[in-house]
Amino acid sequence: MAAMDVDVKEGVDQETVDAVAQLSGAYKYGWNDDEIEMDYAPKGLNTDIVKLISGKNEEPEWMTQWRLDAFARWEGMTVPNWAMLKVADIDFQDLYYYARPKSMEVKPKSLDEVDPKLLETYKKLGIPLSEQAILAGVEGAVPDEGRKVAVDAVFDSVSVGTTFQKELMKAGVIFCSISEAIREHPELVKKYLGTVVPVTDNFYATLNSAVFSDGSFVYIPPGVRCPMELSTYFRINAENTGQFERTLIIADKGSYVSYLEGCTAPKRDVAQLHAAVVEIIIEEDAEVKYSTVQNWYPGDAEGKGGIYNFVTKRADCRGDRSKIMWTQVETGSAVTWKYPSCILRGNDSQGEFYSIAIANNMQQADTGTKMIHLGKRTKSRIVSKGISAGKAQNTYRGLVSMHPKAKESRNYTQCDSLLIGSECGAHTVPYIEVKNNSSRVEHEATTSKVDDEQLFYCRSRGMDEEEAVALVVNGFCKEVLQALPMEFAMEAQALVAISLEGSVG
Amino acid sequence: MALPQRKQDATDARLAAVTLPDGPAWLTKARKAALARVSAMGLPARRDEYWKFSDPTTLTDTAVISADLADASDREFAGADALMAVFVDGAFDADASDDLEAAGVTITRLAQAQDITWAGDLLGTLEARGQSPVERPLAALTTAMATDGLLIHVTGDAARAVHVRYDRKDAGADVALHHVVKLDAGATFTLLESGAGAARFMSNMEVDVADGATFHHVRAQGRDTGRRMNTHTFTRIGTGSTFKSFTLSINGALTRNDCIMDIVGDDATAHVAGACVGDGEGFHHDDTVFITHDAVGCESRQVFKKVLRNGAVGVFQGKILVKHGAQKTDGYQISQSLLLDGDSQFLAKPELEIYADDVACSHGSTSGAIDEDALFYLRSRGVPHKTATTLLTLSFLAEALQEIDDESLGDDLRDRLAGWLDRHQS
Repeated sequence: MAAMDVDVKEGVDQETVDAVAQLSGAYKYGWNDDEIEMDYAPKGLNTDIVKLISGKNEEPEWMTQWRLDAFARWEGMTVPNWAMLKVADIDFQDLYYYARPKSMEVKPKSLDEVDPKLLETYKKLGIPLSEQAILAGVEGAVPDEGRKVAVDAVFDSVSVGTTFQKELMKAGVIFCSISEAIREHPELVKKYLGTVVPVTDNFYATLNSAVFSDGSFVYIPPGVRCPMELSTYFRINAENTGQFERTLIIADKGSYVSYLEGCTAPKRDVAQLHAAVVEIIIEEDAEVKYSTVQNWYPGDAEGKGGIYNFVTKRADCRGDRSKIMWTQVETGSAVTWKYPSCILRGNDSQGEFYSIAIANNMQQADTGTKMIHLGKRTKSRIVSKGISAGKAQNTYRGLVSMHPKAKESRNYTQCDSLLIGSECGAHTVPYIEVKNNSSRVEHEATTSKVDDEQLFYCRSRGMDEEEAVALVVNGFCKEVLQALPMEFAMEAQALVAISLEGSVG
Repeated sequence: MALPQRKQDATDARLAAVTLPDGPAWLTKARKAALARVSAMGLPARRDEYWKFSDPTTLTDTAVISADLADASDREFAGADALMAVFVDGAFDADASDDLEAAGVTITRLAQAQDITWAGDLLGTLEARGQSPVERPLAALTTAMATDGLLIHVTGDAARAVHVRYDRKDAGADVALHHVVKLDAGATFTLLESGAGAARFMSNMEVDVADGATFHHVRAQGRDTGRRMNTHTFTRIGTGSTFKSFTLSINGALTRNDCIMDIVGDDATAHVAGACVGDGEGFHHDDTVFITHDAVGCESRQVFKKVLRNGAVGVFQGKILVKHGAQKTDGYQISQSLLLDGDSQFLAKPELEIYADDVACSHGSTSGAIDEDALFYLRSRGVPHKTATTLLTLSFLAEALQEIDDESLGDDLRDRLAGWLDRHQS
């Protein structure tokens, strides 16, 4: 990996510069598998396409109607333009909304029947679709007894297969593609789908509601601690195709699940659209950990191609003492528009958001979170690190809202930005709405919030002020990485080299 | 681009009621140009990004809501050595004012502007410049409608400060004033403003600070609870110059202070600060600041503190924009609110937009109640509850007040805050 050839201001670690170059430099997952034969729905979007997608998934009437209603609404909506993103107009009629590998026409009964070419793709990506395999992160990082990860693999518009379903079923955990869930568990889907991200939510969520083709479904029954990590791996392969996946996770009372999400796409000259919706429902005392390493193709150095990533992710902490933790590492996509949010409805519920967004070359990222405090004594914490290099633009956009009834709630927000080179930009757009006085909201820059006691300790050990601050600050940055599950150890290891020394604000 | 129909209708209705004041040709031209800007932008509405926290309806409506006259016997800055310029309901009161003459400064009035004046090159230009990237249609409307104001040209060390006082007599007056201040290279000048001005008071101030000049501005906005006010300060700041502005706001139904600072010269300093105290649901106070750094090695500072009780609403929208190449920028921004009870609200949007890599910008924003530990400590030392609360509140406001360089002016305002806190404690 060649060192990044830029003038970097004094105080910025060379190690950081190299790590950013490596993470966001040459794209490792850019091959295409054009030899995989695909079936496409006709280009363009209309009610026939919506019905066709619904038909392909053998959906019941109510689901088809749900989609058609969403489509009717979407037709009257306009593309949002409030984000700090320069996006070329997307011709929504010039896309394929459904692309399925030919071999998936007859749904394979088990993974053994899946086209080996498809399995090969996932093998190349390092995603184990065989139940014997364990996900090898970094050598030595895997405990002796082995860690099992159940994987749902989504290839363009369809789920190729889901591993460990039987073993999970023993624990009562339902983990399958959403298309399967609509067929097999309509009562659960009907009860929860669209309750966190309503059909009317926003342009891209409404579009997704009309045309989503697949995605993952998770239900963890009351009191169950999911016996393994669940993971969905999204691969876009077909050209000129939008991927619209829908994920629905329900953590019933007292349950726990850790869910991982990864995504890649081939290098193509034409930008591709990805508009996903993730809905998470968390009941009383339940906890969900949702981790993403987003590594869609970012386009080339001139900004040609890449994925336009317009994603709506939201968790509803419905029950008391429920907890959601979003961790995201965003290194890919030409355009990222993503705000994983927490509705803290239950009393004493907690939301956490840890994010590292790295943008290089011509990438643009507008990402952040919303913490909506409705319940009493709700707590939220936001730690966001934005790093821009090349000609990239990186924006943190967030909302912290304390409703009048959210008494004695707390929020702590910290967002730092680092610029590598003088051609890029880093922006912060936080919205803070406090409507009661027993809650405390703090939005601060790192250096002003360095803990005095920690500083004093370092100073008493002979460090000068600057060293002490750097040490404490870096320790804090690592916190984001520690929140990543073991499966992302590889990425985390690369990220450890990043320090926020020399932040601009 | 065509405006949304509702906005177009509201704008048309308002503009139909506007009559431009008479004046020399250059001024009429500037007013017409400003009116054209309003037409193109449309008047602000709640759906606009920069009005999402404050409802502009009472500022844009054709009709004015009247406001009771507050007792005006105890006036701010009474002890300051300054030339007085008094406007009563927007009309200049020559009897109450001093002769506007002092060494180092030339003052004329907008209403008496001549055919040829230095202000012709400046009036409306900083306002027009300040319309991008964020539109400020009310400022353009004020440029068009302003009937009077001061045109102040500072050529050296001004021998005396100028104190502009806005008195009220008519409970329902609708007033628009426009001031222009031009400081030549190396000049120094202090401007004081006080009073509520009118039931609805719109004012613009364009300040051009040339290289090495120093401008101080201290303002106390009148205590009339029902008044509505929208002020815009547009400033262009040259190399090595200093601009400092402080505003105290007590009471008022709606106050929106927009401050747009454009730092175009290297090594300049720009500070803007404010303290506000409000009691009751009828209080809404909004500070909106936009600082553009377009030069190397400049320092900007925003310090805003709000004390709110009984349903009062405080808003802060602050932005630091560091343009490409504006290296070594030091930008500081803090906005804090102290909510004295459970009904008050603080809404904030502290923004950064940075296109240069060697800069340090920090922005902090906090909101919360009085620190119970500190209160307990003071109580345990025998300080009565009420006094302790006042002390802690004043110490909360202190960082903003410290932005006033002149100690006696700072003391004057501190005493007023202490008095207000005493009167407004349950």
